[in-house]
Amino acid sequence: MKPLPLPLPAEGLRVSSHLNVTVQTGLREIWAHKFRSLLTMLGIILGVSSLVAMSAMVSGMEKGAKEALIAIGGLEKVRVEAQDVPVEQMHLTDQAVGITIRDVYALKRSAPLVTQLSPEMRLWATLSANGNTFRPWNCVGVWPVALAMNEHVVEYGRMFNEIDDEQARSVCVIGTATRDELWGAPEKVGREINPVGETLFVNGVPFTVVGMFKHYESDQERKAREFAKSQAAQQQSGVSRNRGWGRRGGNFVFYLKNATVYLPLNTVWMKFRSGATRAAINSNNGAAIGATGDPRLSGLDLRITGIDLLPESLQQVRNVLMTTHKCIEDFTFRTQEDWAEQIRTFVQNARLSGGIIAGISLLVGGIGIMNIMLASISERVREIGIRKSVGAGTGDIFVQILVESLVIAVLGGLAGLVTSFGLVRLIGTFSPTENAPIVTASAMALAFAASVLIGIVAGIFPAVKAARLNPIQALRYE
Amino acid sequence: MALVELRNVSKIYRLGEEEIRALDDITLDIEVGEFISIIGPSGSGKSTLMHILGCLDSPTHGTIKLDGIMIERASARQLATLRNQKIGFVFQFFNLLPKLNVVQNVELPMIYSGVSGKERRERAMAALAAVDLVNRARHRPSQLSGGQQQRVAIARALVNNPRIVFADEPTGNLDSHTGDAILRLFRQLSQEGRTMVLVTHDPEIAAVTPRRIEIRDGKIAVKLDETLAGLVRSGARAAPVAAPNKPPASAPSEV
Repeated sequence: MKPLPLPLPAEGLRVSSHLNVTVQTGLREIWAHKFRSLLTMLGIILGVSSLVAMSAMVSGMEKGAKEALIAIGGLEKVRVEAQDVPVEQMHLTDQAVGITIRDVYALKRSAPLVTQLSPEMRLWATLSANGNTFRPWNCVGVWPVALAMNEHVVEYGRMFNEIDDEQARSVCVIGTATRDELWGAPEKVGREINPVGETLFVNGVPFTVVGMFKHYESDQERKAREFAKSQAAQQQSGVSRNRGWGRRGGNFVFYLKNATVYLPLNTVWMKFRSGATRAAINSNNGAAIGATGDPRLSGLDLRITGIDLLPESLQQVRNVLMTTHKCIEDFTFRTQEDWAEQIRTFVQNARLSGGIIAGISLLVGGIGIMNIMLASISERVREIGIRKSVGAGTGDIFVQILVESLVIAVLGGLAGLVTSFGLVRLIGTFSPTENAPIVTASAMALAFAASVLIGIVAGIFPAVKAARLNPIQALRYE
Repeated sequence: MALVELRNVSKIYRLGEEEIRALDDITLDIEVGEFISIIGPSGSGKSTLMHILGCLDSPTHGTIKLDGIMIERASARQLATLRNQKIGFVFQFFNLLPKLNVVQNVELPMIYSGVSGKERRERAMAALAAVDLVNRARHRPSQLSGGQQQRVAIARALVNNPRIVFADEPTGNLDSHTGDAILRLFRQLSQEGRTMVLVTHDPEIAAVTPRRIEIRDGKIAVKLDETLAGLVRSGARAAPVAAPNKPPASAPSEV
C-alpha cells in the first residue's frame, strides 16, 4: 500500500459552530408537537413548582419559629435558675444561699463576657381591677433593664425607672393581655383602651399602671388580624360564647409575652417578701429570711457578648457564682440552644422529606421526557439517517437529541417557576393561620438547576441510542 | 491517481452460522470526472458497494482510498466528516427532511461542516439556482413534485462541492419523463467535470453512462450482461436517451 498522502480528518466534535441551529431545530421539534411537548413539560412544571412551594412553606415555618425565638430574647439570652443542690452536696443544703442580688453585683464586676444582667423576683399574683381578675403568666419584680433584656417595647406611658425601683414605688408596667382581661380587648370594646394611670391590685396591694407594652404578635398573626378586621362586618350568630382556648392562634410564645406584668424589684421584695408571706414562713430555709425578707431571686437573665462565646461565657459566670455560692451548685443555666436546635432539625427534616417528594415528582417528569424522546427518535429514524448521510456525526446527533430534551426541561423549568407563585398563593389561601410561605431565590435556582439536570440525564440515553443508529439501516427504515 | 481506489474489498455479513459475502474481493478504480453506472440485479451487492464507496459503511477486508485519503479503521466521526466534505448522495426516495423548507434542506450539509449562516444561505441559493428551483426555496418538500424534490436533493448533494456524487436509483421513483430530465441534469453535471456514480438496475439509465460496472454475486462481472447494461434494447421504449460512448459534449444540455 502506498503511504498516506493525506491524513484522515481530525477527530473531535464540531458542535459549537452550529449550536444555535441545533437549538432552533429542538424548538421547531417541540413546536411541531405542541400538545405532546406540553404534557411532557407538565411533569417538570409540577416537579419544579412543588419543589419551590415546599421550600417556601418550610421557609415560612422557619421564619415563624425564629420570630418566636427572637421574641423571647434570642440565643444570646441565658437564664440562671435555682436548682436543687446536687446529691454529693446534699449535706450543705442549709448553707445554700440561692440566687440573690449579690450574685448580680458580683457578675457585673467580674464577668466581662456578660453584657446585660436582669434579676427577676417572680410573684404568683392575682391582679384585679375594674371588677375583673386575672392571673398573669409572668408577674415579676425586675430592674428597668428587663425591658431591653426581654425585647419589650413600651407603647403607652413609660417603663418604671431606677428611682421607682430605689424607692420601691407601687408602679407597674403591664402587657396587653392584662389590659384585655381587666379593662377589655380592643376587639371586644371596639377601641384601644389606654390603661396608664389606672390602679390595679396585685394580691390586694394597689399599684399604679405607668406603662403598657405594645401588643406582640407574629407577622402572620398581624396579617390574620388585619384580615379579620377587614371582614369585621360578619356577625357571629347564636349565643355569645368563647370559641375556644387560644384565641391568638398557634403562637403561644407571643401570648405569654403579652401576659407579662413588670413591677420594680425592690417593691416586690419589700411588699411581698417581707418575711410575713406564707411562702417564707412555710419555707424551711428560715436562715434566708432576715429583716429584708426572702432575698432570693427566682431567676437571673443575662445576655452574653456573642453566641460563639457561649461556653466560655457560661464558664465565666459559673466561676463567679461558685465563689458567691460557697461552691454549692444550687443554680443551673438555661439557654435557647435546644429550641434553636429543634427549629434547625425540624426545618432540616421538613426540607428533606419535602425535597424527596418534590424530587420524585421531578424524576417522574424526567422519565416522561426520556419516554417522549425515545418515541420521538423512533419516529425520526429516517431523519437521523438522512442527517448522517450528509455528514452528521454521532456527536452531532447526540447533541441534537440532548438539546431537544434540554429545551423541554428548561421550558418546563421556567414555566414551573412561574407556576410556583400561583401554587404558593393557593397553599396560602388553604391555610391562612399557618406561617406565610416565603418563596426564596435560592429555592428557585435549585429547582431550575434540578430541572436542567433532569433534562440532561433524561436525554442521554435516547441521545446515545439515536447517535448509534446505523446510517444505512436508518435510511432504509420506513 | 484515481479518485477512488478499491483494493480487494470484501464485505461479509454473518447470519448465525451462515456467512454472506455481499462483496467478494472487489478491486476498482474511479478516475476524476468519470460518469459510471453500477448495475446488477437486486441482491447482487451493488448497494453495499455504493455504501462502502460512499463511506456509509466500512469493508470487512480490503482498503479504500478516497481522494488520496486512506480509509482504514476510520472512526464513525471521521467517516461522517468524509461524507460531509467529499461525497454527495442522491437517493431513490429523495430523503428530504419534511419539516424543513427547501433551502433549509439544501443548507443541511453545510450545518455539519460549520459554514456560517450567511454563507450557508448564499451557497444554498446558488445550488438551487443550478437546479433551477430558486423560486421554490421557501416551499416544503411536500409541496413539490417528485422531480422537483429530486432536484432539491441534487442541490443538497452538490452544495458542499463534493469530489464524488452517488445516486442510488435516482429515477426509480419518478415517471419516465421526469426521470429523463434528472438524467439530463446528471449528464450536464458530468460534463461540468463532476465525478458521478449511478447505481441502478435499469438498463435505460445505465445506457446514459460511458462506463458501466456490473456486480454479480458480490463480484465485478467480467463480461457485461448486455441487456442489463442497456447495450441491447430489450423493451419497446423509444430511442435511447443518449448513445453510449458518445463524447459528452454532444449531449443535450437543457434541464
